[in-house]
Amino acid sequence: MPVPEQNEFFIDPNRCIGCQACVQACSECETHKGYSMIHLDYVDRAHSVQTAPVVCMHCDSPTCAEVCPADAIKKTGDGVVQTARKPRCIACNNCVLACPFGVPKMKTDFKLMMKCDMCYDRTSEGLKPMCATVCPSQALFFGTREQIELLRPRSTAVNEFRFGEQTITTKVNMMLPRAGKAEYVDVTAAMNEGGSGKTMSLNIIDAMYEEPES
Amino acid sequence: MKRERDELTVPPDGGAGDQQPKWRQDFPIDWPQDHYISRRDFTKFMVLTSLAFAVGQFWIAVQNFLRERRGELPLQKIADVDQVTVGTPVSFAYPDAHDSCLLLRTGDQTFTAFSQKCTHLSCAVVPQPDKGCFFCPCHEGAFDLTTGAPIAGPPRRPLPRIKLEVRSGAIYASGVELRTI
Repeated sequence: MPVPEQNEFFIDPNRCIGCQACVQACSECETHKGYSMIHLDYVDRAHSVQTAPVVCMHCDSPTCAEVCPADAIKKTGDGVVQTARKPRCIACNNCVLACPFGVPKMKTDFKLMMKCDMCYDRTSEGLKPMCATVCPSQALFFGTREQIELLRPRSTAVNEFRFGEQTITTKVNMMLPRAGKAEYVDVTAAMNEGGSGKTMSLNIIDAMYEEPES
Repeated sequence: MKRERDELTVPPDGGAGDQQPKWRQDFPIDWPQDHYISRRDFTKFMVLTSLAFAVGQFWIAVQNFLRERRGELPLQKIADVDQVTVGTPVSFAYPDAHDSCLLLRTGDQTFTAFSQKCTHLSCAVVPQPDKGCFFCPCHEGAFDLTTGAPIAGPPRRPLPRIKLEVRSGAIYASGVELRTI
């Protein structure tokens, strides 16, 4: 049974409070007990407590699957990129190095790449992914586009990312401030910015908060 | 934007499906495509498998023919009747030097002989006259000492029986009886 088409995943890193509830909930899953498939990343550990949850973005053209030499990473008909197939995965780490979002992780104990599959066992049954179920601030939201527009009137969902020359469109959406009118997230621009030491200012966010020329 | 299931994944260059290299069709990223088996592939598999079975049948027939052509096995002296005592197995090789067998005296003038090769995975069985069986140490199989029938463990067929003949005070092996039950 495919994931219902109207349900989409929305990530809102602004709302993340770093409570680790998603990490705990994810690692309680029976299919990968003790290992969390969601990563809670510190944006700038030295100067800020701000965290950002990282789930698989389920790209339209998955780089991990493109670089896989063993034909192990597959995408289901509804666009969900799955963990590497155990009989095929050769633990070569190509996908880990290639993914622009840093999602796949190599589990050396099992010699298997494991990654977020949007809780396929739950979402294909019409349930929410575990992380979206437990997130207290709803930084991780799973629902329809109408719901998210109603709940976040100041944000807009973007699913296009630019990594230099590479443009990636994803199944999972990132919530950005509506005022910015950004059509895509320029990840490289944010990476190139040097740390100021005191303030967190990402080029991309600044650009978004600029007043629209009207 | 909804695409057809067959072309779910966008190639990195964004080109159309028929412009992509052949290996993209052979190793598709999309699960539905990966699981798809064309009618031609299925037919090919069925034909080749049937062919393999048919050839196998012919091969068995040829083997049977060759075995019958080989004729009777030669007569081979094992031991004198006086040399064999009840409860003490005598080891010998028949029909070839590598086919070790065991001769047992079961009564005054009755003898039995079996191949020592276990019918499970060809380990050498060990006679245990006190327990009344041949014991195979590899997988703890056991065969009856008097009939060679399997009584324990993985073997399902009895040990091959060696046909015996007693002529003028000596025991001769005259053939091998392969049994299935």
